[in-house]
Amino acid sequence: MLQLKILFRNAFHNKLRSGLTILGITVAVLAFGLLRTVIGAWYSGVEAASASRLVTRNAISIIFPLPIAYNEKIRQIEGVKLVSYGNWFGGIYIDEKNFFPNFCVEPRTYMAIYPEFVLSPPEKKAFFADRKGFVAGRKLAARFGWKIGDQVTLKGTIFPGNWDFVLRGVYRGRDQTVDETQFFFHWDYLNETMKKVSPRRADQVGFYMIAVARPDLAPDVALSVDRAFKNSLAETLTETEKAFNQGFIAMSGAIVTAIQMVSFVVILIIMAVVANTMAMTTRERIGDYAIMKTLGFGGGSIAVMIFGESLVISLTGCLIGMILTFPAARAFGQTLSTYFPVFIVSAETLWLDLLAALLIAFFAAIIPARHAIRVGIAEGLRRIG
Amino acid sequence: MAEPKRSIVEIRDIFKSYHRENLAVPVLHDITFDIAEGEFLALMGPSGSGKTTLLNLLAGIDKADSGTIRVSGVDITALSETELAHWRANNVGFIFQFYNLIPVLKAVENVELPLHLTALSRRERREHAEMALRMVSLEHRMDHYPKEMSGGEQQRVAIARAIVTDPTILVADEPTGDLDRVSAEEILTMMERLNGEMGKTIVMVTHDPRAAKRAKVVRLLDKGYMNDAPAQNPL
Repeated sequence: MLQLKILFRNAFHNKLRSGLTILGITVAVLAFGLLRTVIGAWYSGVEAASASRLVTRNAISIIFPLPIAYNEKIRQIEGVKLVSYGNWFGGIYIDEKNFFPNFCVEPRTYMAIYPEFVLSPPEKKAFFADRKGFVAGRKLAARFGWKIGDQVTLKGTIFPGNWDFVLRGVYRGRDQTVDETQFFFHWDYLNETMKKVSPRRADQVGFYMIAVARPDLAPDVALSVDRAFKNSLAETLTETEKAFNQGFIAMSGAIVTAIQMVSFVVILIIMAVVANTMAMTTRERIGDYAIMKTLGFGGGSIAVMIFGESLVISLTGCLIGMILTFPAARAFGQTLSTYFPVFIVSAETLWLDLLAALLIAFFAAIIPARHAIRVGIAEGLRRIG
Repeated sequence: MAEPKRSIVEIRDIFKSYHRENLAVPVLHDITFDIAEGEFLALMGPSGSGKTTLLNLLAGIDKADSGTIRVSGVDITALSETELAHWRANNVGFIFQFYNLIPVLKAVENVELPLHLTALSRRERREHAEMALRMVSLEHRMDHYPKEMSGGEQQRVAIARAIVTDPTILVADEPTGDLDRVSAEEILTMMERLNGEMGKTIVMVTHDPRAAKRAKVVRLLDKGYMNDAPAQNPL
């Protein structure tokens, strides 16, 4: 107990040095936490993907469409519970910098396949009934101050022209991992317009979303779908939603790897800083440790005090860093909501923070503890005075 | 005729050298002498004569190259580091020139420190520490940190820490070396009382003839050799 008292008091004896070291650890843990959260945000689409949803796209590339006629054929495949479809619209709201994902979908089936997009029944009814209606995520509506009934115009890029919509509903995510920055409108609205202005582009979809009856049926259903359109003009590639989303992340794999490396380099740097502090601290206290050895305390007791002091400093910085990660992540997430719609500090990140603090404390104290244990009592006592 | 006191420390044929850059520097040569129970011995000699080294050896905080040291019948030169640490905790009280208190502990906690290696309960430890501080008249300074006390007071705390475990011998290395004359006299009087009233065996290293004068026996070391000392203090 007294040893605990000594190590706590030692840890904060030199207030400036301990304070600066704790500050360094705090900043490192904060940086580590934010970088890990960025990586988590990158993978949020993959994590949010359901095991019972499949995505079917053109086998050549996602940019090539599929005929709407596939809808009925897919629906008849065994194990398929529900089929929906849609297109990436790629519209711009006022200015290109106001980017947000916007899709045209078949609303009834799409909302059924995605129960995580929560709409109130009156809003859902209004959306389904109005062909020019759209629904927006809560964060997106808040970002532009849209209210129910507001008219919003998107400038088409893939589908040229100005497209007018009326906001019929604002969806909320079922939980905080759901992206609330998306914009959905009726595929029929797009298709009917295309029939008039560019008939060759009508009756085509960018993707099919398939809900399977049970997750274990997903591989078989995917094979059946692709087999059904083998040797057709538009062969399909069907994969799980997770694999589909992962395919997008693979394109930016190098960036993710770089961020991961930087996050670990930050920890290595702070480990060196804490090791330096512990070396200075131990050198200063070599006399104290010699006295304790003189009184009969063994090397184990001395090691406990040095490792303990390192742990106190490290954990203090870590806890402050962890607490600060939340407001920092909130501010970061708000600023970069366009790129990271889901920016949540995960439990895994917090555990990694703690693990990093423990590793920092342990490795920083190894050499100082070894030195303090090995130095002879007589030599230690000579350093006093 | 008074019955001769039994030897509590028996030092036989001690050799000690230090090694610096592959060079052995002899410090003590063939030291042999006894310390009687209840003795107050002063070890004197010029700087570098080996006084502190000899004190460290008989207190079990350094190892001799050869020879034996028996304290209360225990050959401490044959003990392992762990056994030696345990032996020190139970048998030796230390008083140093620079007090050597733990700066982050209060006076009472410093005195309590060696008791953490005993089986005493928390309450018993505190009671023992408070009693030791009362013996050195510092009961009013129990909750003060070393930096809040004078040198003399710190040395009295160190004495309390040294006696709190009721050790077999007390070793003091220049206990008055860092004190003013008044404080030094106080400390020496206290040590005299510990020897005279409580029968503690004390071995004190000192340069100061005034300090040595308080001892019952004085032994002289010179260049690592011990002169045949007189039985009684000639000072």
